[in-house]
Amino acid sequence: MATTAPRRRRRQSKLQQAVDIPLDWLEERSGLVGATKYFLFRKVPRDSSWWHTLGSATLTAFLVQAGTGLILAFYYKPDPDKAYESIQHITNDLTLGWLVRGMHRWGASVFIILMFFHMARVFLFGAYKYPRELNWIVGVLILVTGMLEGFTGYLLPWDQTSYWATVVGININASAPFLGPFIAQFLRGGAEIGTDTLSRFYALHMLAVPGALFGLIGLHLYLVIRLGVSSPPWSSEGAGRDRAEVKPTGRAGLTRGRRV
Amino acid sequence: MVETKGPTGPPHGPAPSLWPLGFAIGLTVALVGLVLGSWSTVAVGAVLLLAFGFVWARDVATGHGAPPVVDEPLAPGPESARHTVPLRSDRDADALPVMEDEEIETYPRSAFLSLSTLGLGGVITGIVAAPVTVFAVGPAFVGQGEEEVDIGPLDDYPEGNFIVATFLARPDEGEVSRRTAYVRNNGVVDGRPSLTILSNRCVHLGCPVQVNGLSLEGQKKTVEVPEGPTVELTPTEAASGFGCPCHGGQYDTEGNRTAGPPVRALDRFRYKIRDGRVILTSSYSVGEVDGQGAEAVIKAYDLAMPSVHVDGPEAILYPFEPPH
Repeated sequence: MATTAPRRRRRQSKLQQAVDIPLDWLEERSGLVGATKYFLFRKVPRDSSWWHTLGSATLTAFLVQAGTGLILAFYYKPDPDKAYESIQHITNDLTLGWLVRGMHRWGASVFIILMFFHMARVFLFGAYKYPRELNWIVGVLILVTGMLEGFTGYLLPWDQTSYWATVVGININASAPFLGPFIAQFLRGGAEIGTDTLSRFYALHMLAVPGALFGLIGLHLYLVIRLGVSSPPWSSEGAGRDRAEVKPTGRAGLTRGRRV
Repeated sequence: MVETKGPTGPPHGPAPSLWPLGFAIGLTVALVGLVLGSWSTVAVGAVLLLAFGFVWARDVATGHGAPPVVDEPLAPGPESARHTVPLRSDRDADALPVMEDEEIETYPRSAFLSLSTLGLGGVITGIVAAPVTVFAVGPAFVGQGEEEVDIGPLDDYPEGNFIVATFLARPDEGEVSRRTAYVRNNGVVDGRPSLTILSNRCVHLGCPVQVNGLSLEGQKKTVEVPEGPTVELTPTEAASGFGCPCHGGQYDTEGNRTAGPPVRALDRFRYKIRDGRVILTSSYSVGEVDGQGAEAVIKAYDLAMPSVHVDGPEAILYPFEPPH
């Protein structure tokens, strides 16, 4: 036993080096390790709760959409003659296609619903107030962009529901005064829904709108990190004050303690 | 230090110039004119563009509207050191007059470089973005228009009841351009056949309206037309009007709105009879129809999109319609 302890310690330090050396190499050249640590281990109010996880949940839903959407694009064909058949092919023939398509289809609703929950949480906690107004505005832009993602994606199955829903959606745009008919014609890519409509909705759905979403989410997260997470309204800790002293109760580390 | 009252921000300059706004309006008018193909509108826009562009450029050139230069006494220190001419040596100190600290108007190289970088970047962006933008928007507005469509012999449209005719509006685009019209033969009036041909597009938001009555699917027949794509005809019976499944819009047999959200009467097709065949030439929008069948008096307007008012006070909200 006496001889194994130093050897184990040596092995441990070697292992540690194997992890540290590449990380140090990366850190020295990019500062990315520090940035990641700063992002992950930043301070949050001690009484932040499950309510504060709705934003991360929304982000996760978006990443699921991005991932499943990319894979669906491997098999989907945005052509009026083939779109419906390719969706049938994905759903019925390809291995686990039904699952990935289902994730994307239902995940879209989950993403929108979580955005609203997150928004309601921020509203009811008053977390949109100074200095976080700009982040609220960015969040609203994310909501609108996300709904545009829903609108453009709804046409892609190219069945009766999606076709007529898009007809109605585009004509709602046409009902806007003055420029409405022009917006509608631009969305359709012509006077009637046709070949160009499907491909341009596909391009918007796959590239333009997700790109905008990635940018807006990046800005949203930057502001969250810069401004910090706000305390819930029931928090007894004033902003900028020292922590209240906590008297440990029970076994240390296992229970929460009681404020004195 | 001079004591100042109030916030210590930059001094308030004059109100921003409004000329760029007029410039933008002129640009919009000119572009809308180009889209509509109305040269008089383009001319109005161009005049606005030139006039506002001129005064804007003049303001910029003369420095009018720019924030005023603040004459602050320079505090002694390293900041003011660069304004003084360095003395070569102590010996020259008496010989040279001591330069007063004063603002020397200079145009530093860094300002030139940053301005030219911005300008060059702007020019490159413009050169790339202009054709791309035109390509993104233009095709949706150029080369639109309806083709003539043969929907079969007049003999296939017996007098009395509506016939549901489906046809390809643009045969080269395939099934995606399949459209539906409700065709009723009103009989011969003054030696010429009279037809009522309604579009099936609900003028609320564009859903397909259905016949309120019997649709005799069993008697559906297919008619060959010279261009190739087939026309399908389904007779109907006892149609009391049309209803939209989406939001409940209702129309009578002349296409007048009887209930629900639609804003006008159903669109109609113009037609001609050539060698005994019915040819649809173009479609138009209808405000209201008085009378029935061959005696109907139709308030016709240029084709408008669903949900767009063609008559009444709301029509003022839709002064332009893109080319169909």
